[in-house]
Amino acid sequence: MLGNWFESPPEWLNASIERLGEPVVITIASIFGLLVVSTLLLKSIKAIKPGINLDEVSQRISSWWLMAGVFTFAMVVDRAVSIFFFAFISYLAIKEFFSLIPTRRADRRVLFWAYLSIPLQYYWVYSEWYGVFIIFIPVYMFLFLPTRMVMIGETDGFHRSAGTIHWGMMLTIYCISHTAFLLVLRRDDVADGATAPGAGYVLFLVVLTQLNDVCQFLWGKSLGKRKIIPKVSPGKTWAGFLGGVGSTTLLAWWAGPHLMDFTPNQSIVAGLIISIAGFIGDVNISAVKRDLHVKDTGSTIPGHGGILDRIDSLTYTAPLFFHYVYYTFTFHTFGSAGPLAP
Amino acid sequence: MNHFLRMLFFAIVVRPIMLVILGMNIRNREKLPDSGPAILVANHNSHLDVLALMCLFPLKRLRKLRPVAAQDYFFRNPFIKWFALRIMGILPLDREVKKTRTSPLAGIYDAIERKEIIILFPEGSRGEPEELGRFKTGIAHIAKKHPEVPIIPCFMHGMGKALPKGEALLVPFFLDVFVGEPLDWEGEKSKFMESLTCQMTGLAAQGDFPPWE
Repeated sequence: MLGNWFESPPEWLNASIERLGEPVVITIASIFGLLVVSTLLLKSIKAIKPGINLDEVSQRISSWWLMAGVFTFAMVVDRAVSIFFFAFISYLAIKEFFSLIPTRRADRRVLFWAYLSIPLQYYWVYSEWYGVFIIFIPVYMFLFLPTRMVMIGETDGFHRSAGTIHWGMMLTIYCISHTAFLLVLRRDDVADGATAPGAGYVLFLVVLTQLNDVCQFLWGKSLGKRKIIPKVSPGKTWAGFLGGVGSTTLLAWWAGPHLMDFTPNQSIVAGLIISIAGFIGDVNISAVKRDLHVKDTGSTIPGHGGILDRIDSLTYTAPLFFHYVYYTFTFHTFGSAGPLAP
Repeated sequence: MNHFLRMLFFAIVVRPIMLVILGMNIRNREKLPDSGPAILVANHNSHLDVLALMCLFPLKRLRKLRPVAAQDYFFRNPFIKWFALRIMGILPLDREVKKTRTSPLAGIYDAIERKEIIILFPEGSRGEPEELGRFKTGIAHIAKKHPEVPIIPCFMHGMGKALPKGEALLVPFFLDVFVGEPLDWEGEKSKFMESLTCQMTGLAAQGDFPPWE
């Protein structure tokens, strides 16, 4: 029965393998393979040494199962669903940020507009309108939010408010939306504007960013001595950072040619970008947490903390990796004349 | 039929809004009572408060949850009255002090007899957003009459930011609910009120929330 299923997979599976490409499907399968291995490892450690407390680790791993499940679902079903998924991540992250920082009562309506920019920003992604996607938040929302604030007229704390609200939007909406735009890039040199490697780009970026976090943590736990940035994040060590950069780059070198048509050298550069930028994204949010005297940004993901704790690295890796891809190949996207052109 | 409508409203409207669009962070959930009779007391800043407290319990417990609400406010028009009584399942409280023989708290005492979980806001009405108001002493009368019923204080934060009094626009913020220790009746009203206030300010301090002004 099961053998038969493997020999002639159902049509929907064939269709999504065809759309996503075999390397993407293999990568997704490997993620779950890795989760199975870590779960078994955890179970055997528990069996051998029943004394030690592994509650946080097992909580983390079960949360990874859930996150990998939701992410896979979002990636496999349909491109619109994938874009909606990243929009929802942005929403959860900015809500966490706005709940964490001191906000003013007078800014309720301003915050409402900040939330409304999420569907707009992701609509630009969906409509493949690069020209507006790339300036909507850094220019138009940057100018509009203070306009709305002036109309309300509360000047106490004006510049702090204008600054913090826009800074949060840049990280959680603008930067994260670059991940979604990878999905709609159309290669110029591929027939009929196929978006084929899009899912490959996203998987490469998201999986390596998350694995980089895990690798840095594991290297740091096992070898870490010298602190790299003690004032911001006392847990971070040079061994963790360098070990993470090494492992991530090695993995990138291996996976890049399969997932994204990159040469091995181009893949190494991509790996370095993701591992170094990921570290900076992580300590950037650490600094915010330290400033606000909180340990985690929230409690949405058991064992990990908040959404922002989980995507902190992605806020840096997404735009940098995006531009690296964007300049490595030629793509055609809508610039000045987009969907509104006759 | 009515209970079905209530379940439906909470399952498809209230819970998605409270748990997904807003999101709730609950500390010490294990201190909540599994069954009635019990009384939850909380600070009151927003219409979201009662919905948040009702979402702390599983849907099947909904039948047992009875928020105490001001009769003069919620009986303004027939639709709101129907909604308050039938969907929210409120215990109407007459805030006007009258010289009658029946106690204004009689409805609450009946609910205790029916082993229900009562939700009460001792501040009386929604105060200034994200500020603790003075607690009224009605709760101490209940504690005196029913010292065996656990009274559990809950401190809530974020609801006044998301939907303050007098605003119709919902702006998403995470909501925090901190559940405290059950209050004991030690034979004195003033002592009881003191320990309630003390617990609430203690729970509020745990959050270390920035002021909202």
